[in-house]
Amino acid sequence: MKRLRLVRRNNESWLVKVAVPILSILLAILVGWIFLVLSGYDAAETYRRMIQGAFGSPYAISETIVKAIPLALTGLAVSVAFRMKLWNIGAEGQLYMGAFAAAGVVMFLGDWPSWLLLSVMLAAGFAAGAIWGLIPGALRAFWNVNETITTLLLNYVAIFWVSYLVFGPWKDPNAMGFPLAPRFPQAAYLPVIPGSRVHIGILVAVAVAVLLYIVMKYTRWGYEVRVTGESPEAARYAGMNVVRNILLVMLVSGGIAGMTGMIEVSGITHRLQQDISASYGYTGIIIAWLARLNPFTVLLVAFLFGALLVGGFGVQTYGIPYAIVLMLQGAVLFFLLAGDIMLKYRLTITRED
Amino acid sequence: MKRVPVVEMIGINKWFPGVKANKNINFRVYPGEIHALLGENGAGKSTLMSILAGLYRPDSGTVKVKGQPLRLRSPRLALQAGIGMIHQHFRLVNNMTVAENVMLGARGAFRIRSDKIEQKVRDLSEQFGLAVDPHARVSHLSLGEQQRVEILKMLYRGCDTLILDEPTTVLTPQEVKDLFKTLRLMADQGKAVVLITHKLSEVMEIADYVTVLRRGEVVGSDHIHNLDEQTLTHMMVAREVIYAEFNHSNQFGPPVLTVSDLSVSNDQGREAVRKANLELHAGEILAIAGVAGNGQRELVEALAGLRPVSAGSIRLQGKEISHLPIRERSEMGLTFIPEDRMGMGLVPNISVVENAMLRVYRYPENRRGLLLDYRTLEAYTYSLVDRYQIAVADIYHPVNYLSGGNLQKLLLGRELDLDPTVLVAAYPVRGLDVAATQAVYDLLLEQRQKGTAIMLVLEDLDDVFRIADRVAVMYNGEIKAVLNVSETDIDSIGALMLGVQ
Repeated sequence: MKRLRLVRRNNESWLVKVAVPILSILLAILVGWIFLVLSGYDAAETYRRMIQGAFGSPYAISETIVKAIPLALTGLAVSVAFRMKLWNIGAEGQLYMGAFAAAGVVMFLGDWPSWLLLSVMLAAGFAAGAIWGLIPGALRAFWNVNETITTLLLNYVAIFWVSYLVFGPWKDPNAMGFPLAPRFPQAAYLPVIPGSRVHIGILVAVAVAVLLYIVMKYTRWGYEVRVTGESPEAARYAGMNVVRNILLVMLVSGGIAGMTGMIEVSGITHRLQQDISASYGYTGIIIAWLARLNPFTVLLVAFLFGALLVGGFGVQTYGIPYAIVLMLQGAVLFFLLAGDIMLKYRLTITRED
Repeated sequence: MKRVPVVEMIGINKWFPGVKANKNINFRVYPGEIHALLGENGAGKSTLMSILAGLYRPDSGTVKVKGQPLRLRSPRLALQAGIGMIHQHFRLVNNMTVAENVMLGARGAFRIRSDKIEQKVRDLSEQFGLAVDPHARVSHLSLGEQQRVEILKMLYRGCDTLILDEPTTVLTPQEVKDLFKTLRLMADQGKAVVLITHKLSEVMEIADYVTVLRRGEVVGSDHIHNLDEQTLTHMMVAREVIYAEFNHSNQFGPPVLTVSDLSVSNDQGREAVRKANLELHAGEILAIAGVAGNGQRELVEALAGLRPVSAGSIRLQGKEISHLPIRERSEMGLTFIPEDRMGMGLVPNISVVENAMLRVYRYPENRRGLLLDYRTLEAYTYSLVDRYQIAVADIYHPVNYLSGGNLQKLLLGRELDLDPTVLVAAYPVRGLDVAATQAVYDLLLEQRQKGTAIMLVLEDLDDVFRIADRVAVMYNGEIKAVLNVSETDIDSIGALMLGVQ
């Protein structure tokens, strides 16, 4: 009798690394295709519009990049913590706290020159996110409190804190009752590529990726983080300061997520409001995971996810319900994640008698 | 009448990534027989038996049980066919009673009749000489008793073929005798017993029939009467094992590590080391002997700085170190080789280079500005690989690809390269084959020659006589005696280990 089995791969060839994700996406399209046809839609046209919406024009591409920036940054943020097997799923909350801090800076220092104001905003965003990451980090480092739960719960605190501000004390009297904080002055806007919404945050994302790559691979601290992540016992044995490293990692991770919040309010919404993030903090987790925590791969995967989001909007204008758009996006995700298993294992046929 | 083997394996092949664990193996066990499966570490013994017990599936080959070809796809199916395996690590639920563990997973009526089960456990205990109280909680039992529970579990399920994987490693000499009595009783009552082992003395003592594996192949299979230790050793390793005549020395340098009235708690907070006193001299090898779990582990972890000291002092060259962190101790020349090679001593999933630099990555000469200088570190790694003869394909491959012997050489080489004043090693040759064991001992002896004070926790008394100058025997957290190896014998040490006055 013949049987199919999964066998662990010894090494991953380049061919497989490239072929599997492509095949995964093709399979996702095929499944979506069947579903669309069964639902009575023109599948070819739907996909054409999806691709058109994400890549079809300079404007489409710029919008994809706009979405990819926060996704890349949150992906990078959580990947730092994941390296040390610290499950920071609080990037969403850290992002909101960063946005809150940046908006606060604008309220009080709004008349400063633009470059100075933006620098202070970025620093404040980083600091606020870092504090929001340090709270669960300290709980974990000193009392071994599970950071998965604390980071998750702090998300709600941060999101509702921002809601409270935009519904209450920081509500713009000129917003006709909408829960919006006052619009930033022009000085607090991130510079953009003329004619698009692509802002300078793209450079921040790339810089953070390069920096993280170097730090993780070539510095003593990065080495300690990787050793601790692989084996805390070995880190203790080598005399590494595990407590300090947990705090530092959560500080950096939260800080990057906090910067993302600053970049979103300063580059896109230009004011503090409720829905700054389209779950970027959570999607970042999937991105970091798919990218295997490699900073450059995070950039690439974030671009793909940006395309998926923007392409989805394009399909909606064609009259396809939002639920179906979500399903098509879900199918791509599902197959990518399933394909990840095929990267680690290979399918073999064995004969048993 | 022609005897039918209770289990027959024909042409078994099993691949693991990169290694062929079993090559075309034929193996046969008859009822009423104690069959020893002998071989070095990594010879494929456990793999073969795991196939029989339904844990692994063979890539090809046939398994017949009582003449019927069967496909053993799971341990449950194997058990149904009457084959049970007792692993080195017991699979018992600690906070359940013996009786509860025995019935766990056994098929039966919906209602649990505890009185009936207990009665059956008692009957089986008596029948096979397995003394254990059915009401006792497993967590309160010694390892020897836990092993009896495992055997009872298998007997309760009606196994007629019992596989034991290295069953004697966790036992005291007395418990080994009891176990062998039980095995003999089982064989006399028609059950088949397979004993996986690499200890020749046990094979000679208990086995009726022997199959020897080497590198995944059967090299021989015969009645014990036709074999002797010399032949078996030769079959196992296919090279003459020559133990260099070792001179136990009684002349050492000055004491460098002094332990006085040291008390240390274990993970459960109970006192595991009680008021221990020891002196370790430069240029000597001191063995710590004892049955596992008598405080050896806690003692060496306290010396290394991995476990807090509850009372007493540790002085390294006169300086009190008992409250210093591990890093300062290692900077003062105290180095520790942990029992847990991969996981504590070495870091899994990162490269050989990154493991080799675990001690020296902080040194200024391995840095260029803010960055680690991988060129120096690479050269350093190559020098370790070279000097300690570590077989590696590529120093940038994950360390996981190395064999057990090479892992230990890498770990030992990295630590010895620091030229320590004191080296403390826990079970430095555990799980290593004959050649790798010899290589490790050679390195340690060479270091002793250089004047390093060496303390080794050893589990095999033969090893004590092979390498140590002095031996400290631990029993129940106390150091019962420190003896010169040249002036003692196995029996005296064995008696001390068991707490016999």
